[in-house]
Amino acid sequence: MSKSNFTRRGVLKTGAIAGAGLTLPTYLRADGHTGFTNAPGDSEVVLGFNVPQTGPYADEGADELRAYELAVEHLNGGGDGGMLNTFSSKVLDGTGILGREVKYVTGDTQTKSDAARASARSMIEKDGAIMITGGSSSGVAVAVQALCQEAGVIFMAGLTHSNDTTGKDRKANGFRHFFNSYMTGAALAPVLAAQYGTDRKAYHLTADYNWGYTTEEAIKASTEAMGWETVNSVKTPLTQTDFSSYIAPVLNSGADVLVLNHYGGNMINSLTSAVQFGLREAQANGQNFEIVVPLYSRLMARGAGENVKGIFGSTNWHWSLQDEGSQAFVRSFGTKYGFPPSQAAHTTYVQTMLYADAVTRAGSFAPCAVAEALEDFEFDGMGNGKTLYRGDDHQCFKDVLVVKGKENPESEFDLLEVVEVTPVDQVMYDPAHPQMGGADASLGECNNGA
Amino acid sequence: MDQIIVQILNGLDKGSAYALIALGLTLIFGTLGVVNFAHGALFMMGAFCAVITSKILSSSHKVVDDTRTDFLGNPLEVDVFYVQDWFGEAAGAAIMDWAVPLAILISIPVMILIGFIMERGLIKHFYKRPHADQILVTFGLAIVMGEVIKYYFGANPIQTPAPDALSGRVDFGVWFGYGPNAIVYPMWRLVYFFFSATIIAAVFAFLQFTTFGMVVRAGMADRETVGLLGIDIDKRFTFMFGLAAAVAGIAGVMYAPIVSPAYTMGMDWLVLSFVVVVVGGMGSLPGAVLAGFVLGIIESFASMPSIVNLLPGINQIVIYVVAIAILLLRPRGLMGRKGVMED
Repeated sequence: MSKSNFTRRGVLKTGAIAGAGLTLPTYLRADGHTGFTNAPGDSEVVLGFNVPQTGPYADEGADELRAYELAVEHLNGGGDGGMLNTFSSKVLDGTGILGREVKYVTGDTQTKSDAARASARSMIEKDGAIMITGGSSSGVAVAVQALCQEAGVIFMAGLTHSNDTTGKDRKANGFRHFFNSYMTGAALAPVLAAQYGTDRKAYHLTADYNWGYTTEEAIKASTEAMGWETVNSVKTPLTQTDFSSYIAPVLNSGADVLVLNHYGGNMINSLTSAVQFGLREAQANGQNFEIVVPLYSRLMARGAGENVKGIFGSTNWHWSLQDEGSQAFVRSFGTKYGFPPSQAAHTTYVQTMLYADAVTRAGSFAPCAVAEALEDFEFDGMGNGKTLYRGDDHQCFKDVLVVKGKENPESEFDLLEVVEVTPVDQVMYDPAHPQMGGADASLGECNNGA
Repeated sequence: MDQIIVQILNGLDKGSAYALIALGLTLIFGTLGVVNFAHGALFMMGAFCAVITSKILSSSHKVVDDTRTDFLGNPLEVDVFYVQDWFGEAAGAAIMDWAVPLAILISIPVMILIGFIMERGLIKHFYKRPHADQILVTFGLAIVMGEVIKYYFGANPIQTPAPDALSGRVDFGVWFGYGPNAIVYPMWRLVYFFFSATIIAAVFAFLQFTTFGMVVRAGMADRETVGLLGIDIDKRFTFMFGLAAAVAGIAGVMYAPIVSPAYTMGMDWLVLSFVVVVVGGMGSLPGAVLAGFVLGIIESFASMPSIVNLLPGINQIVIYVVAIAILLLRPRGLMGRKGVMED
């Protein structure tokens, strides 16, 4: 009598195991073949654009997304090629990345760390994204960068200005093109000292989150080194809209400068309150009262309207720059969308190009190979002059723009004027600088994925 | 002392916005028994009435200026405002400058209409449903309204300035014996306070001194008996919903120059307004107004740098702490009536 080896339980077990194997996330299957997360097939490669599509930074997010779409078009050989024509590295030829057509998926960070991580995770695990890029908030950037490090994909940060992104929270798989709080302080302080003198007393209002802290620290350190005194600094909730209670005490505090470490809607509302309370016409300590906004964006300046006129700040890039790269990008973007790009759009476009270039130079999509190609890479023609992607902390070093609100704008886009291009040497710092996490800060090991 | 005066003024200002929103919420709850979580969105819609009016009055056509170029190097298209074409440069500029006060005139019928559509189209179907259902549907409606505004106006706040003539400062210090510029306060914020006080007084007078108001008050006290007397109380309550929407709307219009309107504005005010209603006492109109001013002033004092530096974060929780304390001492709120929301 023959005995069958098939049992009902055995069939169920085998079926369950086989089913689980077939439904494994894409990246785990790919790992088995290539040794890194989400290795692309022969025909296409998927990039993940993780930007705020809802929430307070949705306008910046929308502009970032436009720039990403433009970058993909250019990488795939569409449009006029934009900065591909001006980029000092000439390995990109409009045939995608390593011959694969570039596809993309998008996620909504909602300007919340948990939502941003969830959408990044989904793009990596479900959509097979090999690189994640985006963000308009440093809290989000730091959170997503850590996730990408764990997952074994490259993170090309978008608009994130906090020191921590490439400071104490730096990661081997994370790269930032945008400038940071330290650089803002180093570039802005000498201009402020020249404009307003060295005998000044500053009052800081600071957004109560990661970026606010590092910006306040950087501006305090750089202005105090110039002789300014900080009389008070007050944290304001990120959700605050009416800043009257915070602004009212400023005039009688002994300060003669108000530093608004605010961005986006916070900055628009705090500056509006400051103007309403007459700070711009006020006198203190025998001098004109002044307001400083360390980090500017054109989208923000548009929201603040007339109030920004004559107020100093800094920015990563501005569409009015006359170099070849900037002009090429403005032409491509402006022709496609009908208005000039923001600094958020610029940095995300450049990051996408830099990633594609690094993959091509490395000849591989493996994150560690790409990271190696980006480290200490020097380039030009991308709108900020000669730029170095420093290997020690994965931070780009380039000239910094000091700007002020334009007194007589000629169009709705003509809101900021560049008053100084601070040379890169002036904003360079030691990778172990105390503001950057000190000697303990480390990139850790590059991760190719499981 | 100077800071105390400024923070009292700030508190009155903020409190008047709380009071106006809470007044509308209480009117709706008292008449229709509906917990309207979309009321903050009505405040936001009001603020955007100011934005829309401003945009309409600033409508323009393009004229090519061959002497200048745009960012792409093409001849610059310059905006020429229709109101300046029609009324001359000075009069046109004045009309655009007074967009916010003009928006009040537009917002009243618009907000009554929005309120009417909300009530007849959606909320009336939930009168007999539990409060949880009402909260869910009105909260969903608030989200939809916010997203619609974001779709058309973007996520960043839109600056909507007060008329130049009312944008200055009042030197309060001189009135209290201080030197010049010791206590200055924005004129528009004072305008807002007096405007709110007038609206609140008008609503109370309407309810107190008109036959319509008397019927509404009677209906709030005992809807069934008023119905038995042959009065169609539902129609009057629908009108009250429209009135509450208009009050929230004009509160929003006037607030637009103080805090630039953004689509998140409704949610920002919603929770605090409910706290104001609960602290004032559910269904109590004077309670809502009193609690609005009290909590506004307390919040302002808690935001003073000296207090924030001493107790970090106190400014964000003080309203809730005070609400807990008041509700522990007076479970029905400051002026709550027995039997309301207690079944």
